[in-house]
Amino acid sequence: MTRKTMELEILRYRPEKEERPTFETYEIPFKEEWVVLDAINYIKDNIDGSLSYRWSCRMGVCGSCGMMLNGIPKLSCAVFLRDYYPDKVRVEPLTGFPIQRDLVIVMDDFIHKLKEIKPWIIRDEGQEQSLEEGEYLQSPAELAAFKQYSMCINCMLCYAACPVYAIDNSFVGPAAIALAQRYNLDSRDHGRELRQDVIASNEGVWECTFVGECSEVCPKDVDPAGAIQRGKVSGTIDYFKDVLMPWGG
Amino acid sequence: MPVHDVVIVGGGGAGLRAAIAVAEENPDLSVAIVSKVFPMRSHTVAAEGGAAAVIKDNDSLEDHFRDTISGSDWLADQDAVEEFVREAPSEMIQLEHWGCPWSREPDGKVAVRPFGGMKIERTWFAADKTGFHMLHTLYQTSLKYDNVTPYDEWFVTNILVENGRCQGVTALELRTGKTEVIAAKAVIICTGGAGRIFPFTTNGAIKTGDGMALAYRAGVGLKDMEFVQYHPTGLPGTGILITEAARGEGGILVNKEGYRYLEDYDLGKPLDVTHPDHPVKKSMELGPRDRLSQAFIKEVEKGRTFIDELGHYVHLDVRHLGQKKIDKKIPFVRELASKYAGIDPVYHPIPVRPVVHYCMGGIDTDKEGATTLPGLFAAGEAACVSINGANRLGSNSLTELLVFGARSGRGAAKFAIEHPDLDMSSLEKQALDEQSRITKNFICKQKGSERIANLRQEMTQSMESGAGIYRSESSLKETCNKLAELRDRFSNILIEDRSLTFNTELTSALELDFMIEVARSLAHSALERRESRGSHQRTDHVNRDDQNFLKHSLALQTEEGPKIGYKEVVITSWPPEERVYGR
Repeated sequence: MTRKTMELEILRYRPEKEERPTFETYEIPFKEEWVVLDAINYIKDNIDGSLSYRWSCRMGVCGSCGMMLNGIPKLSCAVFLRDYYPDKVRVEPLTGFPIQRDLVIVMDDFIHKLKEIKPWIIRDEGQEQSLEEGEYLQSPAELAAFKQYSMCINCMLCYAACPVYAIDNSFVGPAAIALAQRYNLDSRDHGRELRQDVIASNEGVWECTFVGECSEVCPKDVDPAGAIQRGKVSGTIDYFKDVLMPWGG
Repeated sequence: MPVHDVVIVGGGGAGLRAAIAVAEENPDLSVAIVSKVFPMRSHTVAAEGGAAAVIKDNDSLEDHFRDTISGSDWLADQDAVEEFVREAPSEMIQLEHWGCPWSREPDGKVAVRPFGGMKIERTWFAADKTGFHMLHTLYQTSLKYDNVTPYDEWFVTNILVENGRCQGVTALELRTGKTEVIAAKAVIICTGGAGRIFPFTTNGAIKTGDGMALAYRAGVGLKDMEFVQYHPTGLPGTGILITEAARGEGGILVNKEGYRYLEDYDLGKPLDVTHPDHPVKKSMELGPRDRLSQAFIKEVEKGRTFIDELGHYVHLDVRHLGQKKIDKKIPFVRELASKYAGIDPVYHPIPVRPVVHYCMGGIDTDKEGATTLPGLFAAGEAACVSINGANRLGSNSLTELLVFGARSGRGAAKFAIEHPDLDMSSLEKQALDEQSRITKNFICKQKGSERIANLRQEMTQSMESGAGIYRSESSLKETCNKLAELRDRFSNILIEDRSLTFNTELTSALELDFMIEVARSLAHSALERRESRGSHQRTDHVNRDDQNFLKHSLALQTEEGPKIGYKEVVITSWPPEERVYGR
């Protein structure tokens, strides 16, 4: 019996060595139970130890191993070779970001944006409850109101899919806006207005053209596009409140 | 050279909790989190089932204490466990105040679920992604403190000791390949476990025991390293974890005959899944992890397990819970089983087998996280306080990283304030030495013929065959010899990647170096412990021996390899008894 094999065509870029990225093709054994990441690990262990990429949990929760597979952003630990076999798979770093090396992108922009949207519970002055008073009560319905937006693993697939971010990376972007909404919609939080500076700015929700690609590629069904739409609605309400009811409504 | 008051190595749950503790203790202190990955990639993210803390009226600190001590097979320090259970509830409430999306009761209070080895349901949970939510809550909360500086994707290579105390670390910036000193008045190691020294583990690729090896090389003892937890329910092939919550919610384990085999191993009698009292706490499927994993091996020996190309397995059956409950309480179980085993647990039982999950042992610390090296602290899985002894109870580790992360943060802050002076010129010199060591031995290494992946595989295979669930004098000696051979062969590794930019061949080599160190301390500690206790089962010494081994092992590094000493176990109120489950 001949062993089944298939090919991965992987983008290589070593800044000290190469002016621009090139593709290298590797032949790997095909295994029914292998995810694409297993094949990449096989290459690193057995063919070329210099191939660089990020990975850790291999169960779709740490968010490290996002890559473009045949042009579509995917977690490489969550897609099987069998979904492509016998065709060649083209593996590239997530698009829309500078390439640091091989499949490793520069994440600085997102890390910066994450902090900007103030992703922590903000209580009104004097509304802090002490630990002795126990937990803040939150009904299952109140939990459900934001739970979906708390599931984001920061894998960056939505940024790679976003046509706006591709052109203008000042756009706050899907995952960060979804995270801001996660806190805005949390019954324990009072910080929505503080986050509006970023969310309702020119670089915030208004820049989104609502193509919905971000929600399409999200591996955790966070629906960032939905979060952005909600941001537009509440931003509009804020606007009308300010203009039509300046005394407060 | 950057100087901080406190440097924390590792940005998982323990490291982030420690950082916040320092930041809150004194806003004038500067804290650095040095992590080889972006903090939200840390393996805390993969914890599923929950975190234990007494909060309900039917529960008591005494019960949590007793469950933990008997779970530990009396090897935990009782003074540490007393403080652990006492501080657990407020730490968990603190995390709630920071926004952790805990699952709730209809009245809005935090919900709890039963877990293995626990007499009363006391496990807080966020569906079955508890670790994920805790990590992201801690990470996001840490961003609000301006005195916390992140060093994301910096790989710590060495702990710096000057004048008898720890004064910082050297770290390799992955982006540039440069090695720098990050000076500090106190350092906290929070690098987690070392599951990757075994071939089949729930642990992510980054769990290579770096911090344990760093402390060990700096002369600090590694405590109770022989105690390795096998989680009873991992997916065959990948080792992906199927949470104990599946059993907490009522899932059962059956062998190929459809028989709930745990009843043959002194874990109680099964109740039918439709019985209102099922699942019975501290019984059958809710027994402790060590006993369940050992029962699996006995089933293999009896020929009563399933077998296919991925090896032996049994069935974890949750079908009787129904789709609604599965989707509400354990949705991630459904997602993982469907994706990685091709099994929808709503309709089919899940194939599972024991898998290396957690290191009970670690860097020897006291209750404040301090090690024997002044200025060096440790917390979380990297540390051994010890509250876990010979077997950790499920859902104690997430709580542990909060309680002892915070304590070590406060301890390190205090130490930093009391020791403001640093020997800067000596540190500069150490940095140059370290840079040249890494350049010479790795980046510019000439010759060499051993592939990193081959050495790693030989190490993991030897750990599994010699230091797995059941061990013996001869199997452990063979592993110790093999590891000594690998230590020698490591100097002949092949490194072809000369790049200074994100060189993962270099980091793989550094990680392997650390792993061999940790593996040796483990195998030697196991060889010397001539008894069976908790997760450490010797086929040639089958009983617990309190006369000779009611004590902590302490591995110290020497030229000739690990030297094993011992340390007393603290017993405050409950002298050793028989461990009883299900009767």
